[in-house]
Amino acid sequence: MKRSLALAMLLTLSLAPSARAANEADYKAAYAAAEAASKEAAGMRNQWTVTVSALAAAKKAADGGDFDRAAAAAREAEALAKASIFQATSEKEAWKAMEIR
Amino acid sequence: MKQRATVLLGSAFVALATLAFAATRVVAADKVDPVADARAFQNFFFQKFPNVKHEDFVNGPYSMNEDMKRQWQEKEEFPPYEFALDAGKEMFSTPFKNGKTYADCFPNGGIGIRQNYPYFDEKEGKVVTLELALNRCRETNGEAPYSYVKDEMASLTAYMAYTSRGKPMDIKIPDDPRALAAYENGKRYFYTRRGQMNFSCASCHVQSPGERIRAETLAPALGILNAMPIYRSEWSGMGTTSRRFVTCNSQTRAVPLEPQSDEYRDVEYFLSYVANGLPISGPGARP
Repeated sequence: MKRSLALAMLLTLSLAPSARAANEADYKAAYAAAEAASKEAAGMRNQWTVTVSALAAAKKAADGGDFDRAAAAAREAEALAKASIFQATSEKEAWKAMEIR
Repeated sequence: MKQRATVLLGSAFVALATLAFAATRVVAADKVDPVADARAFQNFFFQKFPNVKHEDFVNGPYSMNEDMKRQWQEKEEFPPYEFALDAGKEMFSTPFKNGKTYADCFPNGGIGIRQNYPYFDEKEGKVVTLELALNRCRETNGEAPYSYVKDEMASLTAYMAYTSRGKPMDIKIPDDPRALAAYENGKRYFYTRRGQMNFSCASCHVQSPGERIRAETLAPALGILNAMPIYRSEWSGMGTTSRRFVTCNSQTRAVPLEPQSDEYRDVEYFLSYVANGLPISGPGARP
């Protein structure tokens, strides 16, 4: 019984970090990654409006001290920017399939 | 032994010949051929809409729907772009501070020349659109350039288009590799998917003309610029070609490029070239 209790506590403690609220450092790391991907997309002339909006939402939430929401928005911005980079890369050849010949 | 060598040599020769033939075909498929492109582009629409008169494609959604066409024809009695036309005519003839006018910047005094724009400027090595040429004219004469997406530019181009009404689009691609590259770049831009919606210009205006996207009936790509600039009820005002490109990009959730960027100039070149022979109908009116 004692042993199962200890195991349960260990398990709870091991899971605890994944459920903790995001802090400023988490937000800053997520924002930096999103910003880098967003810049790459803009450099490819394929920025999406939703990426820009998600980055702005992240900044706004962080300014208000809501780092949970800020980090989530930054991660969304990064995912969107990466999708736009993938689109620009694949369209380098894929556009030809749409051409009227 | 000798027979075996002959067979081997023969096989190698056939393999080499096949390879060379295949390579030629790949090169041929990638060769830039605007004349063939324009023929294929026009035939695609003529075959897709066999009941639409060829010169009617320039009327956009009205060529796709009889009811809309009748409403538009009635509206043309008192067209919503009329105020822009009057303003454009006045602006066009009003001298700059230095006494010169727009007429001094254009061939034939700027009258009846819309069908020749955009053109490829071999000196600059780039495409020059009518909107760009108008602003360059202003700057050369000491005036501040107009916004490419606002009323003044729309009014000026409306007047110039009106003086060309009925004239067939006549875009030239000079024998210059830079002109061919600009044309090809415009074509690539037209067919490339962008934005979160993953739409290209062709997704709406090649694959779905005549279909509805929400309340709008999509216009065919063929002759789509012949009606520019346009009064759009949706905008409650006039819009230039630049404004049309910017809005299209935003609608796909792509961040628009800056007006008169190389890509927009090139796509205007491509779309105008493949509409060669179709009449200028601008200024137009759209829902």
